[in-house]
Amino acid sequence: MKASEHAVLAEGLSKRYRGRKNSKQALDAFDLAVPTGSVHGLLGPNGAGKTTAVRILATLLRADGGRALVGGHDVRTEPRLVRRQIGFTGQYAAVDEILTGRQNLRMFGRLFHLSPSAAARRADELLEQFDLVDAADKQVSGYSGGMRRRVDLAASMILAPRVLFLDEPTTGLDPRGRNEVWAAVRGLVAGGTTVLLTTQYLDEADQLADRIAVIEHGRKIADDTPERLKDRIGGDQIEVVVADAGELPLAAKAVARVSDTEPRTDSETLRVSAPVSDRVGALTEVARTLQDEGADVVDIGLRRPTLDEVFLRLTGGRRDAGHPDDSDHRAEGTTRGVQREGETA
Amino acid sequence: MTATVRTTSRPEGGPERGNAPVRVSVPTLPDGPESRLYWAFADCWTIVRRDLTHLVKQPVIIAWQLGFPIVSVLLFVYVFGSGMAVGDGVDYKTFAMPGMFAMTMAFGFMNTAMAVVIDKDRGVTDRFRSMPMASSAVVTGRGVSDLAHASIDLVVLAAIALAIGWRSDSGILATLAAFALLLLLRFALIWVGVLLGLVVRNQEAAGNLFAVAFPFGMISSVFTPPSMMPDWLGTIAMWNPVSSTANAVRELFGQQSPELGTSWIEQHAVLMAVVWPLAITAVFLPLAVRRFQSLSR
Repeated sequence: MKASEHAVLAEGLSKRYRGRKNSKQALDAFDLAVPTGSVHGLLGPNGAGKTTAVRILATLLRADGGRALVGGHDVRTEPRLVRRQIGFTGQYAAVDEILTGRQNLRMFGRLFHLSPSAAARRADELLEQFDLVDAADKQVSGYSGGMRRRVDLAASMILAPRVLFLDEPTTGLDPRGRNEVWAAVRGLVAGGTTVLLTTQYLDEADQLADRIAVIEHGRKIADDTPERLKDRIGGDQIEVVVADAGELPLAAKAVARVSDTEPRTDSETLRVSAPVSDRVGALTEVARTLQDEGADVVDIGLRRPTLDEVFLRLTGGRRDAGHPDDSDHRAEGTTRGVQREGETA
Repeated sequence: MTATVRTTSRPEGGPERGNAPVRVSVPTLPDGPESRLYWAFADCWTIVRRDLTHLVKQPVIIAWQLGFPIVSVLLFVYVFGSGMAVGDGVDYKTFAMPGMFAMTMAFGFMNTAMAVVIDKDRGVTDRFRSMPMASSAVVTGRGVSDLAHASIDLVVLAAIALAIGWRSDSGILATLAAFALLLLLRFALIWVGVLLGLVVRNQEAAGNLFAVAFPFGMISSVFTPPSMMPDWLGTIAMWNPVSSTANAVRELFGQQSPELGTSWIEQHAVLMAVVWPLAITAVFLPLAVRRFQSLSR
């Protein structure tokens, strides 16, 4: 693996939070390689270490061990060089509520060391690009969640960063706000930005990411394209629903002829399913067999496994095991959070 | 509809991009041997402008800050004032006004703490830390704008004091020196405020700091001479940094109360009004910086 081909390269990152009463291994020998120009999703349950990983890569948090290069620079020894190449959008829209959208972008532009006129020009461009022109001179406190997020994203884009970190960019947004953010992210990617995105939403990862790394208990347990992750649990499934429980054995027999695996029979939903490789061939054959046998078929079809199923399979069905509440999710990022967690436990 | 508001000043009249994807041409960061010191000041100024914009857009912050001292002035001077004897021939107004100035400065650390905790809570601090700006500017900018805020407070309070008939009995230099000492106390408390803002968990917790601020401001020589308090309480009040500043300011205004000045610390009020803030700064500035740096732990 060469650093030049990877906008983000992390090897053996580890991080332990030491709270007053408890400590927690947030990252444990975590590796990640994000090819330049791609979108990598970091998917995992609450408290899995997603935020910790992103905060380390964005120079906000120091790892206890391991090494990470972002844009070719070491996050520990060259944080200033890293900061020139990244944009960071955390879990909360980190913009000034009292300033207007335009004032925010100008201020951040100045802090990126643009000249006043360049900062003003860049603010105008970004306002237009993120469809915020109408609201540009209103206080951010009056913005909708989606608009705030767009100001937030725009602020991360002032220097058109090589790498953009998005930590749960759509958490707490309504579907419309979520679509707005997705559109913005797609626009950035079209412009050549590499994106590392954490999310709890599988459809978000499916929609945006070229590759998905699944993380659990601070370790990476899978890293592949969404399609191959889905293939991993058996590719397409053929599914037959019959009208009567008495016909289930017949359907199972027909399905068994086209699949290498024993079909699953669900007598409650009157459903028989099995993974298949020759999709259309299997479908036609099962349909013909059942027709010949005169079975009363309610529904027959092919179905792609969802990422949800992949995720449940990978994490052993323990999606939220051990992390029942949301405070844990908040706690992930900061030491103070760990302390709070300890105190309320 | 508000498109007219836009100040499009694209220099070469470049083509409208419409819905085109993100522009990639990067506004280049001035590189070369950049002066860190230059950017430390420039970034500080950017933060100061931001904080002062907050004050302009939310003048109610100043009103809140001054509400308590102003109500206290009216209450103590006009309601209780007739029953307050702080020494022969000393007008209570003359005693209380300098105390009010000092108390306002003392309470100021809550403003600092609140501003720091809001930025921390909303992720603005993290955004700053992820940027190539001078990280010292986050704190120095806060400090400069807090001093500007405190100066506004003092001007408003002084105007009110003049309106109700208070006057400084000394020359312009001594009077200005008194105000400088007040700002010095406020300066020292910036670091206490930054530290507390980084330590407390959220805005509600920062609001509870009033429970700390209140005795800090009140158990002092602000409203009554410590010599009139029970011994143990009077000793605490005497050694309160707020008392030193209040007494020093009275001295510089030429309004020393006969009830003050029996103990060493009260004899050396002006000296202590310099020593206390420097000591507080020496302790809390490094603590605040360390706490800020430990955000990455």
